[in-house]
Amino acid sequence: MLEATAWWVWPIILFVFTFFLGILAVMAGVGGGVLFVPLVSGFFPFHLDYVRGAGLFVALTGALAAGPGLLKRGLANLRLTMPLALIASTCSIAGALVGLALPTSITQTLLGVTILFISFVMITSKRVEFPKVEKGDRISQTLGIYGIYYEESMDREIEWKVHRTLPSMILFAFIGLIAGMFGLGAGWANVPVLNLMMGTPLKIAAGTSKFLLSITDTSAAWVYLNNGSVIPLITIPSCLGIMLGSYVGVRVLAKASPKMIRTIVIAVLIFAGLRSLLKGLGVWV
Amino acid sequence: MDGRRRKVPEEQIVYANILYYGGIVGIIFMAITFAIYVSGNLPAYVAPSELPELWIHDTHEYLEKTGIPTGWGWIGLVTYGDILNLVALAFLGVITIVCYIAVIPILVRKRDFIYVIFAVAEVVILLLAASGLLQAGH
Repeated sequence: MLEATAWWVWPIILFVFTFFLGILAVMAGVGGGVLFVPLVSGFFPFHLDYVRGAGLFVALTGALAAGPGLLKRGLANLRLTMPLALIASTCSIAGALVGLALPTSITQTLLGVTILFISFVMITSKRVEFPKVEKGDRISQTLGIYGIYYEESMDREIEWKVHRTLPSMILFAFIGLIAGMFGLGAGWANVPVLNLMMGTPLKIAAGTSKFLLSITDTSAAWVYLNNGSVIPLITIPSCLGIMLGSYVGVRVLAKASPKMIRTIVIAVLIFAGLRSLLKGLGVWV
Repeated sequence: MDGRRRKVPEEQIVYANILYYGGIVGIIFMAITFAIYVSGNLPAYVAPSELPELWIHDTHEYLEKTGIPTGWGWIGLVTYGDILNLVALAFLGVITIVCYIAVIPILVRKRDFIYVIFAVAEVVILLLAASGLLQAGH
């Protein structure tokens, strides 16, 4: 039935759908990619390959739009990003190659499991606004990873440094792999690792995570593009819709209840994860 | 401007500026090429009306049925509206590479050699990803 729909209806549906997704994502504090891939692969007729390709570009355009402001305000840190991005982007290439080589049913099932895991992380992970780091570890001191940013809400400058750099780098290898394999932005994992593991203040973690996506997703996006897994009629309206939605979302953010929105997004993620899992297992095709 | 601005290192500002202008150009380029494509002002390599029957298949089958080349093979087909859109998307993938190349001289001047290595390695990784040499398939 849906397959018989005129071609021009699809970009319009995608644009409208991703516009609302963009609003929801901003209000819930998640990137668009993590919602886009499971929902579009679960409920639209497109093959998972093109949804993952589009998902990477969706996350990439969002990160490109937000990155400059975050960098200039010192809320994203280039010194913190560069070593982590090198690891994550290398592994995201490997993830993309593995994801494109695996049979679709396996990738779809693993996507479902991953999305359910992300929902679990979102429910259970606590966030610490200003984690206490007594002393930076040896790696972070050698690399000069520390910073100062101006905290508007407190009208004062906050100094920060990081620890547990090596285990965090290992986790970023895993995050890159997942991002490339499933076409997900990786903000859901970047923020807890940067904040809880390394000890960066929450705002620096969120800002650096968003900026980091512009590098991690670029390398995986190239693999999907060069393998022919990017269809512009799916990708471009999704990128434009989610960007416009994010723009509107920032403006309605003040009027919404963040806790309620976050609960809705987690519920949607659990539903989309189950759908993906059951689709991959052939139970609900 | 104020003390806050001075605490952001030079390479970070340079990176941010290129990202800003690159992002704006990229998004406008993407919107324009898409409008050209869907308006039918340029012929499409794969007719949009055929896509609903094609996008239900995996990449391997899609490429087999459409004859779209992989790697950089599509660059020779940019006169087609749908392929022109791939140029716009590829442009988004180039921005980060340009940002990294631009900060390398600043890092060299600061004698920050560890970060020079990080930057050069990242450029190599991104160029490798962009090269089209890495092919996967079902």
